[in-house]
Amino acid sequence: MSGIRDRVAVVGMGCTRFGERWDASASDLMVEAAYEAYEDAGLESGDIQAAWLGTVSSFRTGQPLAEALKLDYIPITRVENACATATDAFRNACYAVAAGVYDIVLAMGVEKLKDSGFSGLAIAAGPGSDVEPPTPPPSQFAMAATRYFHQYDIDYDDGKRTLAQIASKNHHNGTLNPKAHFQREVSAEQIVSAPMIAWPLGLYDCCGVSDGAAAAIITTPEIARTLRDDYILVKGLGLAVGAFGVLRDDWDFTHFPETVRASQAAYAEAGVTNPRAEIDMAMVHDCFTITELIIMEDLGFSPRGQASADVANGAFSLEGDLPVNTDGGLKCFGHPIGASGIRMIYEVYKQMQGKAGGRQLQKADLGITHNLGGRPGSFTCSVAIFGQPD
Amino acid sequence: MVGIAAYGAYIPRFRLGAATDGWNSRQERAVANFDEDSVTMAVAAGVDCLGERDRDAIDGIVFASTTPPYAEKQCAAIVAAALDLRRDIFATDVTNVLRAGTSALKSAIDTVAAGSARQVLVVAADNRQGPPRGETERAAGDGAAAFIVAAEGVIAESVGSYSITDNMLDTWRAPGDAFVRTWEDRFATEEGIERIVPEAVSGFCARQGIAPADVARVALYAPDGRRHARLARQLGFAESQVQEPLFGMLGNTGAAFAPMLLASSLSSAAPGDLLLAVSYGDGSDVLGFRASAGITAAPRPVMGVDGWLADKRVLDSYETYARWRDVWTLDDAARRPPAASPSVSALWREGDKNVRLYGARCRSCGYVQYPAQRVCVECRKYDDGEPVRLSDRPGELFTYSMDYIAGAVDTPLVVAVVNFEGGGRALCMMTDRELDEVRVGLPVEMSFRKLRVVNGIHNYYWKAIPQRRLARMTAAV
Repeated sequence: MSGIRDRVAVVGMGCTRFGERWDASASDLMVEAAYEAYEDAGLESGDIQAAWLGTVSSFRTGQPLAEALKLDYIPITRVENACATATDAFRNACYAVAAGVYDIVLAMGVEKLKDSGFSGLAIAAGPGSDVEPPTPPPSQFAMAATRYFHQYDIDYDDGKRTLAQIASKNHHNGTLNPKAHFQREVSAEQIVSAPMIAWPLGLYDCCGVSDGAAAAIITTPEIARTLRDDYILVKGLGLAVGAFGVLRDDWDFTHFPETVRASQAAYAEAGVTNPRAEIDMAMVHDCFTITELIIMEDLGFSPRGQASADVANGAFSLEGDLPVNTDGGLKCFGHPIGASGIRMIYEVYKQMQGKAGGRQLQKADLGITHNLGGRPGSFTCSVAIFGQPD
Repeated sequence: MVGIAAYGAYIPRFRLGAATDGWNSRQERAVANFDEDSVTMAVAAGVDCLGERDRDAIDGIVFASTTPPYAEKQCAAIVAAALDLRRDIFATDVTNVLRAGTSALKSAIDTVAAGSARQVLVVAADNRQGPPRGETERAAGDGAAAFIVAAEGVIAESVGSYSITDNMLDTWRAPGDAFVRTWEDRFATEEGIERIVPEAVSGFCARQGIAPADVARVALYAPDGRRHARLARQLGFAESQVQEPLFGMLGNTGAAFAPMLLASSLSSAAPGDLLLAVSYGDGSDVLGFRASAGITAAPRPVMGVDGWLADKRVLDSYETYARWRDVWTLDDAARRPPAASPSVSALWREGDKNVRLYGARCRSCGYVQYPAQRVCVECRKYDDGEPVRLSDRPGELFTYSMDYIAGAVDTPLVVAVVNFEGGGRALCMMTDRELDEVRVGLPVEMSFRKLRVVNGIHNYYWKAIPQRRLARMTAAV
């Protein structure tokens, strides 16, 4: 078992502006992302030998990607793995290249959410007995927040303040990103006093519901070297799928084992032994502020129950020792579900190339991306680690 | 000896009362929550009645109500499943008439007397609605009673009955009518209840060779307090003989009313007492019971009428009640897509999980899991679980959210993760809660509720409530 480390490279990327893209269909978004990636890589449609299309609800097959880009009867697989969709499409594309089956492939993630007529997510479940309580995502993660506050004896005001600091940081990062859905500062006071969505989570504890697409062109390091100097390398990939939901009455709701397992696998592949010290940046699945807080512990950045202190001292801000969600995160870049994972890779890629504009980090040699799909207790978690060529 | 072996009751937690803004009466009445109906209240009364008794000993169930949720589909079958009764039992619904409760009781007595069943559970429940702010709405109440009629272990022996059947249109509802219709009050009183009930009571006395003075306590139906007092006097009962009718506390619970008053009278009866249950509706039933020697020592229901009555919350506003009863409808369509019909085959397949609330205990490792799993979450042994009924287990609120978006009627919707005593965890809604009492660690019990009605399907499931029955049980120990 040789793993994926240094066996594939990202050689071109594209990402649309995220937001309420009333002007664009899902196909329009895919064309925008793909052509930015082609131009970035110095390639064209005809160079793509296979593709993986990640989308949760916009399409059912890979065919719309072929139609939008006029791909030449190449194999395309549609991937759906909840909020981990895009990273999983990317992961499958990586393995196909590593297997030596293809030289140059495309991983595309797209979501068109804003045609539903509803705010929030309006994805219907299949037919069933319908006795489960309605638990839109805010409610699911609110249950984690409630228990986290209880378990660590954090009173409501202190807990809300910590969460507000996370939202405020990501809003600040969003102001430095012209492609972000939300590009304005929001103060901790505004965040704390915003209308409640699912107690204890208020409006600003929740990420944006957005339209968007992101694309990555993946190839071998050998081919990448012929195309550009500043390609990036995949160092590790982890995917962990939760099996127990709330079936176990001893699961605590305050840690997500899927993140722990997926990151441990990726760290092992990448040779990371001290993530807090070694990793330069992290793009994580901050669907809600409480999620980012818990992820900091699950990824091994903060000791259990102590992420609040790191948040308070700014460790995860642009100036901190481990900047998190430098592009605004799901919170402010937005969350077109099937695109988000590749959007995260896009940020890591741009940071490593020194092209991140006003949010450019001094040191950006090792980056991690992280997605959580599903609900607390039964996640699908994908983690990817990237580094620069030697 | 055939008679009543056990009894129980249910009264919803909420009241309209003097403190309710917009309620035009100083009289209190019980109101079902938005997710309660005659079926759910019957289940709760059944739980109170069954107590620790062997549920497998029940051979039949009769459900009585004028407000069954279905015009076609048996409600007794839903109640039987929720109470986790055997499948090889007979079941029937008695509906359409205010005296359905006593008629159900009489048919159960006759069934047991005929020897075709040893124990029959009778559940009577009603939540009738009158037009907003009208007389019927003011006097009505929501509640349920339950009895086990048996041939052995009887606390009150059946001493006979007398019925009048009289085709009378004084109150009625056509299919689709939300509200009870009534004819002119004076006609209904004089030619209805005040003519027919005396005829039935004197018929009973004549048949039994007794006088009203021989009766220890009469559980007497009447639509409201004023007519109740008049009728009792007319029948020749002294005040001390009349079971307190609970107007101003409970209200007229329709088909469940005389049965609930009978349950009350059983709780204070002494051996030898003659108890009457007198109903009204297209005639009248009079049922007589003689309290037996065993009544003093017999286990009482944990709640009974008094227990439920004492555990109450008065609603702040009539508007809340109006929203619960769909008198005021809410436009939640703009926020969420319309709900799809539940899949009937999925409901059928999941009956044990959803209605009986079975989890499973792994025979191999003992781990309790809900829902039951083919493969054990602890030891991965497959197909080796045994059913565990969780509906009557105490639980504790492990965590929760209060969702301002997902719940339309009961905002915010409290979504709960409940850990059961003895193992097992359920994700469910919480109901009958005040927001300020919701906290991690709150002791809860499960209550059978109506989730929603889509495609005419009443989708029932269990919700967590702050402990009522189990709290009283714990306090009693």
